[in-house]
Amino acid sequence: MRNAFAAEITALADVDPRVVLLSGDIGNRLFDKFKERHPARFFNCGVAEANMITMGAGMARTGLRPVAYTIAPFITARVIEQIRVDLCYHNLGVTFVGVGAGLGYSELGPTHHSCEDVAMLRALPNLTVLAPADAPEVRSGLRAVLAHDGPVYMRIGKKGEPVIHPEPPPFTIGRVIPLREGEDVCLVSTGAILKDVLEAADRLTVEDGLSVRVVSMPTIKPLDTAFLADAFARHRVVTTVEEHSLIGGLGSALAEWLVDQAPQRAALCRVGGKDTFLKVCAELHTARALLGMSVDDMVERTRAVLARTSAGVAR
Amino acid sequence: MQTTTPDFTALTRTAAEIRGTVIDMCHRAGTAHLASCLSCIDLLTAIYWHAARVDPSRHKAPERDRVILSKGHAAMALFATLAKRGFFDPSVLDTYCLDGSALAEHPSLDCVPGVEASTGSLGHGLSFGLGTVLGERIQGRDIRAYVVMSDGECNEGSSWEAALYAPAQKVSGLVALVDYNKWQATGRSEEVTSLRPLAAKWAAFGWRTLEIDGHDMKAIVGALDQVPDGDGRPTAIIAHTVKGKGVSFMEDDNNWHYRAPTADEVVRARQELGLA
Repeated sequence: MRNAFAAEITALADVDPRVVLLSGDIGNRLFDKFKERHPARFFNCGVAEANMITMGAGMARTGLRPVAYTIAPFITARVIEQIRVDLCYHNLGVTFVGVGAGLGYSELGPTHHSCEDVAMLRALPNLTVLAPADAPEVRSGLRAVLAHDGPVYMRIGKKGEPVIHPEPPPFTIGRVIPLREGEDVCLVSTGAILKDVLEAADRLTVEDGLSVRVVSMPTIKPLDTAFLADAFARHRVVTTVEEHSLIGGLGSALAEWLVDQAPQRAALCRVGGKDTFLKVCAELHTARALLGMSVDDMVERTRAVLARTSAGVAR
Repeated sequence: MQTTTPDFTALTRTAAEIRGTVIDMCHRAGTAHLASCLSCIDLLTAIYWHAARVDPSRHKAPERDRVILSKGHAAMALFATLAKRGFFDPSVLDTYCLDGSALAEHPSLDCVPGVEASTGSLGHGLSFGLGTVLGERIQGRDIRAYVVMSDGECNEGSSWEAALYAPAQKVSGLVALVDYNKWQATGRSEEVTSLRPLAAKWAAFGWRTLEIDGHDMKAIVGALDQVPDGDGRPTAIIAHTVKGKGVSFMEDDNNWHYRAPTADEVVRARQELGLA
């Protein structure tokens, strides 16, 4: 996803003179082409993320569209107050991109994990929160971001994530991207875990004989409420899946929406990370399993909620 | 930058009048930070009446210089200065801190014309000013950003992130003015963190550093006239100031960080300022 980000932001800078790229001293050689083509619009801001974010705000105030990039926890948790005051309070068109969000840097340990970023950022007024699923969604997402006025957080994976979409899908901020139609269960996936969600959908279809709908939900804020109204009216279970803590992420956002509605047909099922830090070195799928977001978790949690609703137990 | 020799008597008089307005505002609203305002009013006066290329009738012109009050708690000083400089009707000052007013205890971007950044959380203004100068430079405009900081603000790590980065970008249009009044909210600056030698710190970071008496109008103007630096360095003006400057019974008394003057004290203060 980071290679798609680098290629797309370079292409966008070619046609949009407002685009400025700020990097927090990462991405060795990743931005060589950008630097070669737009040297005056590339800034290696060093290991100084607070300055990077606020400087981006100053640039945006002059009409530019800065895009700041570094490892997810360093461009979110570390600088949450700069984001809050300088980007959100000012409501300026700065996009900040967190690479390796969720467990993208699983082997690097919890300092580099980012399973709380959505929870922190979703609370900030004016901020749009995006989590594209694959490289093509990163590309079309970036195009949508530059057409949007206001601050945007985009959490992306690292590299080598499975490509789901054959080409960049139509991307409207605040709208889901449909992947499979189905009736019984709807799996709502956000971010780079989509391939696993499709595998869970296959299992629920083959092993349980269910008709399973799958959407990618790359916009966590604002929520696609038209989609939610339809999904909760139509299906028996709506399952959210995210590479993020169960506290404050996509599942929480849907739960918040749901309690404000009249009783719905579908029950909500949430799959996400436990409230803990990993203490062992783990590759991506091991880390997901340890935190409770494996394909098995998706299948079993969905089955459990489905059984509960079938038995007529109040949710 | 104005090429004519400034009328120092007029500048000093203007600063005294702004002090009087701020003291009135503080008395009416009963808000804090009066002493923090009084220490930076001479700096603001020299910036707005001498150095900054601003036109209140074109307050969004892209080529304007930016003045950023990074020490946002001195909002009363900024509001009174902007009103006097013609950015908005001075009667708006009467609403300061009234329920529903645009003017709160800290400035908000565009709350009135001339407010260039929302400040109040310290350690943001220098990076914001830096980004503004770089952003205009990318678009072919050579502007200056005058960032008024407090010495307490030099506690913030983010201030030093900006201080490290700016010289590398050769932003000679960036000016950090540190209102070095030697006090922060609850103690002597030097006892809280070891700021000294403050000018040497900025110089070591690669800034062209000028150390002046921040209440000597000629010294302030003289320092501002040295911007931009011919070697491409940003300029740090370490302005030695007195918290509560201009009113004998407020000067260097940190109780006035929080206190508001009584009606009687307002009268005495105005007399001392020659405003009667």
